[in-house]
Amino acid sequence: MKNLTYLVLGGLFGLILTKSEVVSWWRIQEMFRFQSFHMYGVIGSAILVGLVSVQLIKRNRLKSLNGETITLADKKYNHGTWIGGTVFGLGWALTGACPGPMFAQLGSGVAGAAVLILAALAGTWTYSALREKLPH
Amino acid sequence: MLEILRQPWPWYVAGPLIGLTVPALLLVGNKALGISSSLRHVCAACVPANIPFLTYNWRSEAWNLFFVLGIGLGGFLGYQVLGHPDTVAISAETVRDLQAQMGLTDFSGLLPRELFAPENLMNWKGWVFLVLGGFLVGFGTRYAGGCTSGHAISGLSNLQWVSLVAVVGFFAGGLLMTWVFYPLLF
Repeated sequence: MKNLTYLVLGGLFGLILTKSEVVSWWRIQEMFRFQSFHMYGVIGSAILVGLVSVQLIKRNRLKSLNGETITLADKKYNHGTWIGGTVFGLGWALTGACPGPMFAQLGSGVAGAAVLILAALAGTWTYSALREKLPH
Repeated sequence: MLEILRQPWPWYVAGPLIGLTVPALLLVGNKALGISSSLRHVCAACVPANIPFLTYNWRSEAWNLFFVLGIGLGGFLGYQVLGHPDTVAISAETVRDLQAQMGLTDFSGLLPRELFAPENLMNWKGWVFLVLGGFLVGFGTRYAGGCTSGHAISGLSNLQWVSLVAVVGFFAGGLLMTWVFYPLLF
């Protein structure tokens, strides 16, 4: 039942990503070429709304529906943050997709997205296998 | 109404709605928005191969997989059910640049078919754009500990400086690919 809620929230998220064309390679290229405000507007306003919401939740020590006090873990820095971040950026400009949009693309009927997801899984698996040998 | 839903949504509608996903997940179940973790969970579920990083109770993170499944359904609803214009209305400058620099001619669809159609796996383009591109996304997001959702939206919403470093990396990589490597490829 609980998981159904996440399915619905994911559905809304995927719908918004698709209707705003964030899942489009064309939009990502336009962004990296600084030729439109669209993507910057989407990401910027998303962060702004997220920021205000998170601060309100934290200040009021709100509880979630399952009764837990809402906590957000701090993210820890290691060199992977920027090395991995740059590696992802290279892939983002090639595929025009972050992980979320790949799934939305597949749902929207883009056959190539299945290859993208399999390749991304291979990338995650390879990182996991090499993790102890990589600089962090 | 349906006609409005069919048209592409402007950034000032979509951005705030994406931002609201962060408090929605927190309020529903104390979950932090982050999508690239789902790739790790799938690896842990299907091919753990005794790798320590893939040996954990992925079932306790099942919500994340349902969320991702939902994203796929949302893509279907948004594109196939509601419908969407066939061509993404990018700026004329971008169209001109992509024609001149990459030789693209077909501007229909969410992604250029000339690069992403599966039959491109028969030539170098498919291997670079589909296979290498996807691999770098999966490898890089896990190495960085998150993607656009986990770092840029969720992380920056919680004022995490680590996420800011990651986002600078995302853009550095993207700019490097677009401005340095693309001209070498074409």
